[in-house]
Amino acid sequence: MTKEEKARRKFISDTIKTVCGVSLLGMGAGLYSNSASSLPADILRPPGALKENDFLSACIRCGLCVRDCPYNMLFLGKPEQKVATGTPYFIARTKPCEMCDDIPCVKACPTGALDHSLTNIDDSRMGLAVLVDQETCLAFLGLRCEVCYQVCPIADKAITLEKQHNIRSGRHSLFLPRVHSDYCTGCGKCEQACVMAEPAIKILPHRLAKGHIGDHYRLGWQEKEKAGGSLVSPDAKREYNLPEGVVYDYETGGVTEKDSPFSKNPMDTLNK
Amino acid sequence: MDSEKQKNKRGFLKENKWLIMRRLSQVLILLLFLIGPWFGVWIVKGSLASSLTLDFLPLTDPFILLQSVFAGFITDGKAVMGAGIVLVFYAIVGGRVYCSWVCPVNIVTDAAHWLRHKLNITGSVPLDKNIRFWVVVLSLMLAPITGMIVWELVNPVTMLFRGLVFGLGFAWVFVVAVFLLDFAISQRAWCGKLCPVGAFYNLVGKVSLIKVNAFNRDDCDDCMDCYQVCPEPQILKPVLKGESKSTLINDSACTNCGRCIDVCEPKVFKIGWRF
Ligand code: SF4
Ligand code: SF4
Ligand code: SF4
Ligand code: SF4
Repeated sequence: MTKEEKARRKFISDTIKTVCGVSLLGMGAGLYSNSASSLPADILRPPGALKENDFLSACIRCGLCVRDCPYNMLFLGKPEQKVATGTPYFIARTKPCEMCDDIPCVKACPTGALDHSLTNIDDSRMGLAVLVDQETCLAFLGLRCEVCYQVCPIADKAITLEKQHNIRSGRHSLFLPRVHSDYCTGCGKCEQACVMAEPAIKILPHRLAKGHIGDHYRLGWQEKEKAGGSLVSPDAKREYNLPEGVVYDYETGGVTEKDSPFSKNPMDTLNK
Repeated sequence: MDSEKQKNKRGFLKENKWLIMRRLSQVLILLLFLIGPWFGVWIVKGSLASSLTLDFLPLTDPFILLQSVFAGFITDGKAVMGAGIVLVFYAIVGGRVYCSWVCPVNIVTDAAHWLRHKLNITGSVPLDKNIRFWVVVLSLMLAPITGMIVWELVNPVTMLFRGLVFGLGFAWVFVVAVFLLDFAISQRAWCGKLCPVGAFYNLVGKVSLIKVNAFNRDDCDDCMDCYQVCPEPQILKPVLKGESKSTLINDSACTNCGRCIDVCEPKVFKIGWRF
């Protein structure tokens, strides 16, 4: 073998070794990235954060948002945490977002990982509050709690109270908190404020919090409204196989008993 | 023996002038980021990845931003300007000035090398000095494949700096790994062979204007002191041995650390302009 050939062979084998080694490293990093790319449900991104996939390509992990948050409620992920290293997050239960009017965190972001087009904090969607446990929520037990309702910054819109009869006592009302995704920003104030040892209301990422009815579904009443009238008009007269004494009235659309034992006038019944 | 006596005569400060300035620079930069959280005086915010100085000067690590672009995100923010400023700065002063004057890992790897030398550890797994460029390629290729900035999940450079400013967590594991690698397995392996950040700045520094100049190479007495301290010793030989016409250390692997100027008794080196 000539000197050049030896050198050439050495070069080739060195290059192959290097490429193989680096590829191995790459596969390791790639696999690791896979495990680091899904955000645990209790970890929330700052306001305006892009969808998690996009966020992980956009956030350069500088911490400027953390620095400009006046409430110091944002943190950067550490390698041992289940959030991509160096990316900002917050935990609703410990320190929720105070929904600053001027959104300093978004303004601070040098890349737009926190979307600069977010100018009204009410439009942010950090997650969605869900009353996850109706068995322990004090309001569902019939106690007057409603702390989550009281603290919600989107007052009376993101959480409303629904009155319902309290069957247990028979005499009282339940005041049930109900979250509306059209308004809830996922700030986490309600989860933080929940008085229970473990909150009954929690902020979940939308992917977990929201159902989806399916694109092929049509809701009759909505379609009717859109069309400005019944879509199956004229309503066809139906044939029913009804038990004796029961009639189907096409005009009023009801199914009634022909000869009710009760007179139309309730007094008659009482006087019987 | 002889040269040691001589050096003692020159005095500690003279022998370590550049090293001391470098350490001061590294510590000062870190302190600038820390006096904000420590004392509430905000001169510099953020981290080396991206920072804002005096609410006015944006600086962004171009390598991370490039990974972000490769991952498919086009930024609309200050980051572009910040990266531009950083690129121009390092293109002028020498890309790897980042390594010797800014990067906190440099202190770790220098310490590993120093200890290795003190304890006379000689065994070293040979690694090719070009691996780092492959790692640059790798980190850029992984970005579009995974759709995220993957290298930043494992990058000890940003992890250590961010850790020091925002809280270390287990980031120290990565730093200790780098130390052990350099100390026990392969000498000057991390900064000299593997680190893609250094390699990236190496490429940026191809055009740099400030260079170390072995203007006095005829006085070299082959004491090998500079080879011992240089983080990239392979770049010295062509210049010292007159293989290259110019006396400039033109290889952009040079970190402009100036350590060779410190240790050279016959004053072979000085720092100067490219032209
Ligand atoms: S809106 Fe305010 S409180 Fe919420 S994360 Fe941003 S800076 Fe912090
Ligand atoms: S400011 Fe933007 S780029 Fe920096 S850490 Fe926060 S989200 Fe990421
Ligand atoms: S997270 Fe809770 S407090 Fe915040 S807007 Fe939604 S319902 Fe209201
Ligand atoms: S080679 Fe990498 S780790 Fe070493 S000093 Fe340069 S940037 Fe830092």
